[in-house]
Amino acid sequence: MANPASPDTCPSLVTLTRVVKDYGPLRVLDHLDLAIHDGEKVALIGPSGSGKSTILRLIKGLEHPSDGVVAINDCPVVVRSLSKGLFAPRRKTEHQVGMVFQHFNLFPHMNVEQNIIEAPLRVLRISMAEARERAAHYLEQVGLSEKAKAFPSTLSGGQQQRVAIARALAMQPRIMLFDEVTSALDPELVSEVLNVIRKVAHEQKMTMLLVTHEMNFARDISDRVIFMEHGKIVDDGTPQEVLVTPKNPRTKQFLRLVGQP
Amino acid sequence: MTFDVAFAWSILPSLLKGLAVTFQVVVLGFVAALCLGLTLAVLRHAGRGPVPALTRAYVMFISHTPLLVQLFFLYFVLPQIGLRFSAMTTGILGLGLYFGAYIAEAWRGAIEDIHYGQWEAARALDLPPLATWIRIILPQTVKPMLPVLGNYLIGMFKETPLLAMITIPELFQITKQIADLTYNYNETYTLLGLLFLLISVPSSLLFQYLEKRSHGKSRVA
Repeated sequence: MANPASPDTCPSLVTLTRVVKDYGPLRVLDHLDLAIHDGEKVALIGPSGSGKSTILRLIKGLEHPSDGVVAINDCPVVVRSLSKGLFAPRRKTEHQVGMVFQHFNLFPHMNVEQNIIEAPLRVLRISMAEARERAAHYLEQVGLSEKAKAFPSTLSGGQQQRVAIARALAMQPRIMLFDEVTSALDPELVSEVLNVIRKVAHEQKMTMLLVTHEMNFARDISDRVIFMEHGKIVDDGTPQEVLVTPKNPRTKQFLRLVGQP
Repeated sequence: MTFDVAFAWSILPSLLKGLAVTFQVVVLGFVAALCLGLTLAVLRHAGRGPVPALTRAYVMFISHTPLLVQLFFLYFVLPQIGLRFSAMTTGILGLGLYFGAYIAEAWRGAIEDIHYGQWEAARALDLPPLATWIRIILPQTVKPMLPVLGNYLIGMFKETPLLAMITIPELFQITKQIADLTYNYNETYTLLGLLFLLISVPSSLLFQYLEKRSHGKSRVA
């Protein structure tokens, strides 16, 4: 099997090698090769059903690839089924990949602070004092310091999503995945979330992958844009190359459809 | 028809003694049913290999045979294979096994009602499976389970007269003995009914209160 496409000598952090993903008869990813380097901010764009979110889910290990290999730092991603098993073998791995979902998925029975400190306490096993300090720090980053004791159901969608971002950041992952994080929001709440991500992108060196339908946002924050269609990468380049002066006719057509000049 | 208040008053201490026995069986039986129900519901989900199918078979078996038959089986058949329990233990075990099956089924439903995103969020944070169950999933089932558990607790209480058949001196057994001995059916069975009401109505109200309280809790900061 060929080495994943890696144009430079610098080893990549995330590699997908000949990855196939089928949902029943539907092929969502079709022999996809992708290499992402440490610190890159990558925007994944394309029509719905093109397999963008599936890439994130495979990197997080929420799903098995049907074929091919997904690896982080050359180690294949371990997939644990969501509910099966009580005492799944716990390999010693530090938390590497954080993920923010379209529907926030905050824990409704916990207040904001409890949502954030739960995983640092139980996965990273830091002290309560340190966890709360972290929660306060990241809540400040997302501009919700005053909501630490609020329950998710009392927050707006935009606020919930910002808490979800703080929750993921508090684990201090190397890689952050944002899966259409503004798609479920009312239009007037989109910008507060995008601004938070923008700030994170500029202040932190972590690698970021974003699936988004917000083209301006993709152009602002990413240093690489990937356009996908039918489970394949059609276009891959700088925001300038892909979004501003696209050469590929399919990219051009897609951008026209979503109302980009 | 007359109601002899003095007679009713005179038998009250005996009935209360029976009630104490009933109470004991129900409380212990309910704790057993809770533990069994929760374990079965979780294993139905998280068990490997044949475990989920076995839990399903258990629930099927228990819910398709009468409680009385199960009690007789435990009390009369098990000793023949060397498993001998006291009447009390048998009663507690019988109620626990029976209601445990129903509670398992309800709890399984409550677990399945939890949005898939909760599992994914826990997984995205790399929470281990046990912590996911204990900290994320099961706490969210408490609210929907409260009214169900309340119903089963009262249901269990109302099934306790069956325990008279395996010689447990519980409330019904005591009442029946007094009635048969004195022919004062009116006083005895009226009092029996009132005692049942006296326990089940407040229990019902308690669970309504708990349910209301848990509804409020996740809303207010």
